Amino acid sequence: MTAFVSAFVRDEFVAPKPPPPSTVGVVGWMRQNLFSSVLNSILTIAAGALIVWLLIPLVRFTLIDAVWSGEDRSACAQATGACWAYVKAYLPQFVYGRYPIGERWRVDIVFWMLVIGLVPLLIPRVPLKRLNAIFLLTFYPLIAYVLLTGGHHVFTGSFLPEGLVPPSVRFAAEYALVSALIILAVGLLSVLLGKPVAGSGALAGMILGGLGLVLAVVSIDFGLEPVETANWGGLLVTLVVAVTGMVASLPLGVLLALGRRSAMPVVRLASVTFIEVCRGVPLITVLFMASVMLPLFLPEGVTFDKLLRALIGVALFSSAYMAETIRGGLQAMPRGQYEGAMALGLSYWQMMRMIILPQALRLVIPGIVGSFIALFKDTTLVAIIGLFDFLGQIQASANDSKWASPVTGITGYVFAAMVFWAFCFSMSRYAGFMEKRLDRSRR
Amino acid sequence: MASSELGAASPGRRIAAILNNPAVRGAVFQVAFVAVLGWLIWDIIQNTAHNLQKANIAAGYGFLGRTAGFGIIQKFVDYTEASSYGRAVYVGLLNTLAVAGLGVVLATIIGFVVGVARLSSNWLIAQLAAIYVEVIRNIPLLLQLFFWYFAVLRSVPGMREKWSLFGLFHINIGGLHVPRPVVEDGFGWVVGAVPVAIAIAIFVARWGKERQEATGGRPPIGAINTAVIIGLPILVFFLVGRPLVFDIPLFNETGPLLRRGFQAGSGLTVIPEFVGLLLALSLYTAAYIAEIVRAGILAVSHGQTEAAHSLGLRSGQTLRLVVIPQAMRVIIPPLTNQYLNLTKNSSLAVAVAYPDLVSVGGTVLNQTGQAIEMVSIWMLFYLGLSLITSFVMNQWNKRVALIER
Repeated sequence: MTAFVSAFVRDEFVAPKPPPPSTVGVVGWMRQNLFSSVLNSILTIAAGALIVWLLIPLVRFTLIDAVWSGEDRSACAQATGACWAYVKAYLPQFVYGRYPIGERWRVDIVFWMLVIGLVPLLIPRVPLKRLNAIFLLTFYPLIAYVLLTGGHHVFTGSFLPEGLVPPSVRFAAEYALVSALIILAVGLLSVLLGKPVAGSGALAGMILGGLGLVLAVVSIDFGLEPVETANWGGLLVTLVVAVTGMVASLPLGVLLALGRRSAMPVVRLASVTFIEVCRGVPLITVLFMASVMLPLFLPEGVTFDKLLRALIGVALFSSAYMAETIRGGLQAMPRGQYEGAMALGLSYWQMMRMIILPQALRLVIPGIVGSFIALFKDTTLVAIIGLFDFLGQIQASANDSKWASPVTGITGYVFAAMVFWAFCFSMSRYAGFMEKRLDRSRR
Repeated sequence: MASSELGAASPGRRIAAILNNPAVRGAVFQVAFVAVLGWLIWDIIQNTAHNLQKANIAAGYGFLGRTAGFGIIQKFVDYTEASSYGRAVYVGLLNTLAVAGLGVVLATIIGFVVGVARLSSNWLIAQLAAIYVEVIRNIPLLLQLFFWYFAVLRSVPGMREKWSLFGLFHINIGGLHVPRPVVEDGFGWVVGAVPVAIAIAIFVARWGKERQEATGGRPPIGAINTAVIIGLPILVFFLVGRPLVFDIPLFNETGPLLRRGFQAGSGLTVIPEFVGLLLALSLYTAAYIAEIVRAGILAVSHGQTEAAHSLGLRSGQTLRLVVIPQAMRVIIPPLTNQYLNLTKNSSLAVAVAYPDLVSVGGTVLNQTGQAIEMVSIWMLFYLGLSLITSFVMNQWNKRVALIER
């Protein structure tokens, strides 16, 4: 067979012509995305005008007309731009509040330890996640607590007769006594349940020993000058409230979520009530409640300081939201996982700890980060009950007569907005990144 | 075999078997739980009673009848310093509802516009909307509120000057001055015309549907009903002799210095606290609503649009009859959640001293020391609102939920 050859039929393809110039390159892109129709052209021009109208004053205010250096209000009195000199002068206050100047290195150490502990935890490729998390959740809070407050708490004990043991070890003796009783009771219970005594005893011993260690560390005198929480302020308070809220809300949220899905009606009812009440009311009322009602609930003579009260309020409030996020993860787990775990003979807590929670929590990491962002923004509300967090400190300093000028207040707000935005935006980007990563691994 | 072994078990084994029974364990644990909770609550009540007695505060809501003695800068019902605490709380409640209600409307409008803009084929518009959402969502609401109230609304002209928009809206440090609608005799007819118009509209819609099912042709129901609902009240309005006039705010530019500025009693003055709170709340919530709207529209698969087009529906019809009804099913539940959030966030009013429920309640609390009663009123209001909303939402959800096999 010979190929049919004809002079009228091409035996090769014509090279494709380049697309019309109006559809490629910058012009093509603009025609397609900005000027595809009359309406779109009008919208583009309007949006462009809006951007110019907003951007020019913004750039002028923050950069061109801004005052960058100066000693006091005279530098900014006539300014039409931001008074960055004021931010520069107040920056230490915005970060530390009224924390004594000589002791601020302690705050720095706590801050850098947080960065060093957190960054490797957030990068998926870095190994030793478990050790890292244990450091961040156990040792770090303890060190931070001692460094920030100064430690050296004095425990006096309450029930042993005065003369029996020297006053310095009275509390320790009492603690040991109570611990021994508890371990004994646990041992007795496990004998009744027919379980190995050594296991339950060791667990109880570990918990009590750990608690004892914490109490011992906070009572040691490291020679640090005590700093009242009333003197804390600025970013320090914001981060303390936010981080404590995050760390406390996660386990509480897990417990509440498990409680809400529990088969025991009483536990379920209590969890649902707590979650719905917290989610149904504004945070301010919870904070008001923590600051005015909590003292009423406590026996006479027992007082909490203001920061601790706010911390309790924030932690309880955010744990309710966290519980709902985690419940989503629990509900998303296929029944087969529960049934498989039960078929293996795992107990409820073993099943939750080893099978369900690791998977469920991983599913809702984006949601958890979302709750963290909300919590971080909500920390600003503590300013309303009289704590000086980052925003509260800026708000208070704007009225300082040394720097009072028409632009001081707005400069402070712009600065605060930039800082909060940087924190929240990076958190939400991280959540997005994790979401993509988890999605990939599930596919 | 196994049963005989069990039967011959030692007493210790039998106790273990009982204690390991999940039902027994559950019961024991719940009893213990109730006991601990009960003891805690009882302890709290004891402590509270003791503390209240020491502070000389009588528990109960009797204080609501006492004279408040403080003024409130915005009130929708009669209130003077001689009114009772209960009346003050009521005024605050109305103020909360006012700012939340207006905020919901504004946030919905802005949110839908921004949400649709984010999906626009116009790159610039989409980017602008994305920037709006990302900036607003990542800055605390309280900071935004401070910005609007302390930075923006404090930099407007003083009492003796003004900025004007269209010659109708004026703003200065005293607030927003707008014409005040004054209702005259006969306005009731106009109000009465609205339900009549709605009834006619429902009737027209039914008739249209019957027509469509019978003949296949669809009468222009939308156009007719719009005309009826807007037209009928306007017609009545003119028939009864225009019973609504506007009281324009009076502004003196000349004359003695102290007499210049807006004249008291003329027009409607919206206090700057209200304006600032409204701006902050609606712009903030709008960013979240925009994301909800975007997600809702994206949730309707493209196949739906293509199928509608292939059935011969035009773009507008596709949007109205196919895309939006399905998107709304996804949008509405989180949308109501945002409405609730906005209402709860309106309690930030206390930071700028707008007299809402929490702000007024805080004053009452400080004056009387009735912390528990006041906090319980707050909780009752907000909790009631969210429970009612979630109940209504659940009913609605049941109605519109996709019925699957």
